[in-house]
Parts: sequence; structure tokens; C-alpha cells
Amino acid sequence: MDKIKMRLSKIEKSFPGVKALDGIEFSVREGTVHALCGENGAGKSTLMKIIMGLYKADKGSIFLDEKEVDIKNPIQARDLGISMIAQELSYVPELSVEENLFLGRLPLKALGMIDWKKVRQESKKFLEEENLSYKPWQKLKTLTVSDIQILEIIKAVTNNAKIIIMDEPTSSITQSEVENLFKKVEELKKKGVSIIYISHKMDEVFRIADDISILRDGKVVASKKASEFDLESVISLMVGRKIENAYPKEDAELGDKVLEIDKLSKDKLFEDIDFYVKKGEIVGFAGLVGAGRTEVMRAIYGLDHKDSGSVKIKSKEVNIKNPADSIKEGLILLSESRKDDGIVPVRSVMENASLASLQKFIYSGFAHRKKERNAVYESFMKMNVKTPTLDTPISSLSGGNQQKVLLSRWMLSEPDILILDEPTRGIDIGAKFEIYKLMTDMVKEGKAIIMVSSELPELIGMCDRIYVMNKGRISGMLKRDEFSQEDIMRYATGL
Amino acid sequence: MKDRVSHFLQKTGIFAVLALIFLVCSFISKDFLKYNNLINVTRQLCVGILIAYGEMLLIISGFLDLSVGSVLALSGVVSIMVFKSTGNIFAALTTALLIGIICNIVNAFFVAQLKVPAFIATLGMMQVARGIALYITGGKNILQLGNYVKVGQGMLGPVPVPVIIVVFVTVFVWWLLNHTRYGRSLYAIGGNRAAAEASGIDSKRSIYLSYIINGAMVGLAGVIFMARNNAGLPNGAVGYEMTGLTAAIVGGTSFTGGIGSVSGTVAGAFIIGFLENVMNLIGVNAYIQQIIEGLIIALAVAVDITVKLRKSGRVIIVKENKVKSN
Repeated sequence: MDKIKMRLSKIEKSFPGVKALDGIEFSVREGTVHALCGENGAGKSTLMKIIMGLYKADKGSIFLDEKEVDIKNPIQARDLGISMIAQELSYVPELSVEENLFLGRLPLKALGMIDWKKVRQESKKFLEEENLSYKPWQKLKTLTVSDIQILEIIKAVTNNAKIIIMDEPTSSITQSEVENLFKKVEELKKKGVSIIYISHKMDEVFRIADDISILRDGKVVASKKASEFDLESVISLMVGRKIENAYPKEDAELGDKVLEIDKLSKDKLFEDIDFYVKKGEIVGFAGLVGAGRTEVMRAIYGLDHKDSGSVKIKSKEVNIKNPADSIKEGLILLSESRKDDGIVPVRSVMENASLASLQKFIYSGFAHRKKERNAVYESFMKMNVKTPTLDTPISSLSGGNQQKVLLSRWMLSEPDILILDEPTRGIDIGAKFEIYKLMTDMVKEGKAIIMVSSELPELIGMCDRIYVMNKGRISGMLKRDEFSQEDIMRYATGL
Repeated sequence: MKDRVSHFLQKTGIFAVLALIFLVCSFISKDFLKYNNLINVTRQLCVGILIAYGEMLLIISGFLDLSVGSVLALSGVVSIMVFKSTGNIFAALTTALLIGIICNIVNAFFVAQLKVPAFIATLGMMQVARGIALYITGGKNILQLGNYVKVGQGMLGPVPVPVIIVVFVTVFVWWLLNHTRYGRSLYAIGGNRAAAEASGIDSKRSIYLSYIINGAMVGLAGVIFMARNNAGLPNGAVGYEMTGLTAAIVGGTSFTGGIGSVSGTVAGAFIIGFLENVMNLIGVNAYIQQIIEGLIIALAVAVDITVKLRKSGRVIIVKENKVKSN
């Protein structure tokens, strides 16, 4: 098992003004999982793009089975047995499972007609072999993200992949689906397939990786067997400094209940939701994907309508019909999906930041731009947003910085209650830590925070209380001194 | 050298293209720079610029209006009818604005309330409005407009009346986009409607407002158009939505939404106006004119987009630099 499947030697890649990769040495053993860790911008994606033939390295060479290869494009990479499962799966929802499996290599009959019979037979065979219950003619839009991901992996294997790159494969699937994925990974290993596994989630990395390489500023700063690392060393190697305590939780003074939810219900999504949040408190919401947490929050915030139930803010019953009402009442929601209902990509960071508080900067028929710039600038300093200028389009910032711009947007509206839905999803450890720090500061200023998260460690690290949801209901509540992963998971799975 | 040119274009974009075309035009024909010629070009552009403003507001927020030509004709002929029976130019003007606005409230209702794609909803209105215009006039042109023509042909000192109107409208639209919450909302809605709504912006209200303003522009354009032609033409202004769309798009308004400016749209309109004018002055065959115009429009937008792509490319690099230095 110590045969080197792929070896990268002295890979260098520069973009105008920046050296993205600087003498990368990286090798993957046959039939093993090699985890690649590093902060956003460390050069992971650039490196993977070179392996996939999307970029051309300035210098250096790639060896497969110790033979030098020149990968010019993704098709060539596929022919050499290299496949990639992207973080954001791109698929055509209207295509069927079988069409997807054979995409780009549909078997042909005479006169260039597609041999659908063969397609159907072979897809059936694959699905049976893989123990998958869905039918070849089912459209992709009827499957879950995890099903599609597994399908992508099968597709890679049927393409005779010897090396599979997985980029953040667990970022949008549930815990049990993660188990499924890991089982699949084990099978692949046994078949001699090598896997390059990119993830920010350290617990996963330590569970399945045989080797770990750490990238920082375009260099491999460490590369050895996983057993020779520990969590702390990986993190400090990644960020290049020591993070003393991953969760900078400090006790804030608790006040009165500022938000009380009573018997909130919505058909088929959630039922009888009761909870409260006190001033100065961070309250977590745990649960599996699909438990209804996001739906509850959207209904409270007025993005979706609710069937029944009451919402009290500072002991006063409020009737919130849309986000504008909510913002007026001092309640805001940082959405779980930055891309879908968070950023306005083509507009500047400044406009993105002031979007929810325009009335402060545009009034009496006049836009007070200087006031706006100053307020946004001040907020960015506080949030430690890194942007070249205030007029830079937000789409050219990293995920972590985009998230901080969105936090600025909400802080500028001066809320009392913040609902943060997956506030640290897809951002690197350094930025995560800064967001935790900001949360701590906010509650110390007397704000209340609801934090929805699928990452138990951060809930346990940051919250005062945690509500757990299961199938649209609150199935349990734990106080800080009662927190345990096991109990939360038990409530979450409804056991 | 190539780098320097592109750097220059980055800073100035479509205005550099406009200046270049102005320069070339003044070399091609010695009549081009004469006051009378330039003021004529401007007068001819008035209808197109008004339409372009309406389309620009809609495109910025991710919509468009294909019914412009028809609604323009309808509001024009009805306002002429009102003028002929009352003799009051203000009543006629108000009627034109009202008809433009009513047609566009219907457009907005289909688009915002019933969620019909703007392309289809306004395509429907294009048929309906044209049909009404033809029906009420019996398909015949209305002649002898009397004082009505002053709106299109009159002069206030050395400046044509429609030019004065357009200048006022320009200031108004610029103010809307830059100094009102409505303006800022438009950019956000066009850039990402879900995000705008989640930030407390009432997108329906903004869509209605955009169509209403578009309707007022079209109504006003209708009056100027008919007055300039000295006739109520129920069959007139066919395809004028494309004139407006072209000016807006050449001026850098992005069809994907969220981007566009008054100055760009004006520049876009003048690029097309100067081209047409100079080709007329030197007597280029009308068919050849069309070919050249098409090519230059495509080219102008290509230059603009290439420049912008480079620009954003550079921004990303700056960002990576920052990441590195940390």
C-alpha cells in the first residue's frame, strides 16, 4: 500500500502580482485518503485546478505511477483516471439518473443514434451493484444532495477513476449521509482508489485521512501520516499562529426575555414551536438538516408566512408580515445561504453593507454618501473586513469577508435580536474565530443571539442554551452545564 | 502600449468610445461640428433617450418592456384626440402620461403580482396597445395638429423644446437613481432579488414604480414623437423599444441586472446618434448604414465588457495579495 500513485514536484503558479503556489511537493499513496488542509486562499483550489488541467503550472511536473504526465484539460485528466467531486455540485435537475451517469459518453448505435437500451441496462446494473434504491429514469431534481453526490462518485468510478478529489464533500449533507459517504470512501480505498480530501472540518479529516498535508501561503508547510498530527498542531500550522481557545465564549449579563415564541406552526414544516431568548444570551438551535430550523427562523423573520402562533418582542406581541417589519422591531436574520439571499454580487461592499439601513443614509431626497461611507468604514474596522476599497464588488471578496460584510449590514441596522443561520458555513478557521469573537462582543453589548448551526462543536462552544429540533418539533433543550454531543444527537434523531 | 490603452479605457469606458466617435465624426464631415447639426442630432435623440431611461430603470432591476413602441403610439394618438377636442396642450400631455402609466401598471401587475416573465407580459401589451391605437383611429393617421407640434418642433431661444424636456427628465432620473432609496433598491433587486427582500426591501413596490416611471417616459415620448411628425400615427414607432434597449445596453446597462447609469445611457444614445448622423451627412447608403451601425454597436459593447472583465480580474488579484500579506 505504499506505492505512490501520484506525485507533484516543484509546482509553481503565479498570477499577476501574486505567487499562488510556490514549489509544491505533494504525493498521494495508492488506496489511501490524503487530506489537504489550509485556510481559504492558501492555494488548495489552485493546486486542484492544476491537477484537473484547468490551470497550467508555470513550473514543476506531475507524475502518475512515476511517469511524467502533461494534463492539458479536464477531459485528459479524466482519461488519466483523475476525477473531482466539486463542493457545489453542478448538475442539470431535469436530467435523469441514467442520462447523468452517461453524460458526455453516451453509447452510440449506427448513424450516431444513442443506444438508450444499453444506457438503461447498464445504469440499472450500476444502481443494483451500489445498492441504490432510485430508478434510472428518475430526474435528478427528485434526489437529495447526498444521493447526487454518491452518484457523482459512482460516475467517477465507472469512468475508471484512480484518483478522486473531493472538495468539501460534507458541506451540505446530513450526519447520517456523511456516514454513508465515509462508507463509500472505505470501499473505494479497498479498490485501490486514492482520494484527495479537502475539508475544513477537522473531526472528519482525522476520522478518514491516512495522510495529511497542510498548505499555507502557497507552500506545503507539513505533510505526514495523520497519526503523527493532532488537532492543535494542524490548526496552528494552517493559520500560522496559535489559537489558544477555539471558542472565545465569555459570560454576558443576562437580562429579560427579549424574544418569546409561542406555539408557532406551519403546515408540514414545523409545529408547536415554543422558545425564548434573553438579553445577553446566545441560544443555539441544533438538529439534522431538514429538521425545520431554518424554516422556523424564516417564518419568525417574516420571509415566509406562518400558519399560527405568536411572537413577542420585549413582552409586546408583534405582527411581523415581512422582513421590513422585523427590522423595525430590531430583529434580523443572517441567512444560511450567502449566495441565495445574502450578497448582491455585482454591487460594492459599501452598498451591500448599507442595504438594510438605507433610511439612515438616504433621506430628505438626498443620499448622504459621506455619512454612509463613514458608518460602513467604521463597521468594517470593527468587523475586521478585508477589502481593497469600499467600492469593490462584494463578489471578489473571500467567503469569510463576504460573511463579515453581511454581519456589518445587520449591525448597521442596530438590531437587538440577531438570528444567525449557519454563520460560519464554508469559511476558514481564522474567519470563524473572528465571527465567534464578534458574537461574544455583541451579547456583551446587550444583544441576544440565536445561532442555528449544524456543527455541534461550535454550538457547544458558544451557546448558553441549545434547543434541539427533530422533524419540525423542538425535541429537547439543554443548558450549558448539561451540554453533550451524545444527548444533542439523541434529541436530534428522536431516539 | 496595449496595456496603456486598456488602462485608459478602464477608467473611462464607454465615454472614451463616445469621445473617439465624436472625434472621428468631426474629421469625416466638416458639417458635423456645426451648431445646427449637433442640435439636430440631439433633437432627434430625444424620443430615444426618454425610452432608454425607462428601459434602463427596468433592466437595472432585472426586467424590460417590449410594449414601448405600441404604448407610445397609443398614448400619442389619444393625446392628439384630446387636444383636438379641447385645444388644451396640458390636458393632452396629461392624457399621454396617464395612458403610458396605465398600460405599464398592467405590465407591472402581470410581472410583479402574477409573476409572468416581463418578456412575455410586455409582449402581450405590445399587441394590445397597438390594437387599441389602430381601433380607435380606424387605422388612419390624424393630420393637422395645430399648436400641438410645438412640443416637438418648437424652440425656446436657440434650444428645441424637446431637448429642454429631456434635460429636466435626465436630472430627475439621475436624482432617482442616485439620491433615493428607490434607486438603490433597484440595483439591489436586479443584483439579487432574494437578498434585497431579505434586507427589508419591498421589491413589488419598486417594480410597480419602475413600470410607472417607464410609462410616464413612454407617454412623454409619444407626444414628442407625434408632434415631430406633425401627425398622429397609430402605426408609428414600431420597434422603438429596441432603440431604447440598444442605447441603454450600449451605455453599459447590464442585462443580467444590477448595473447601469444615466450618464452611460446618454453616452450610449449619442454614440448611436452621432454614427447615424455622420453617415447621413456623407451620404452612406441607408442599407449599408444599418450594417455598419449593427457592427459598431456590437463592437462598442464588446470593448466595454472586455474592459470590465479585466477590471474585475485585477480586483481579485488585489484581494489575493491582501490574503498573502496577512
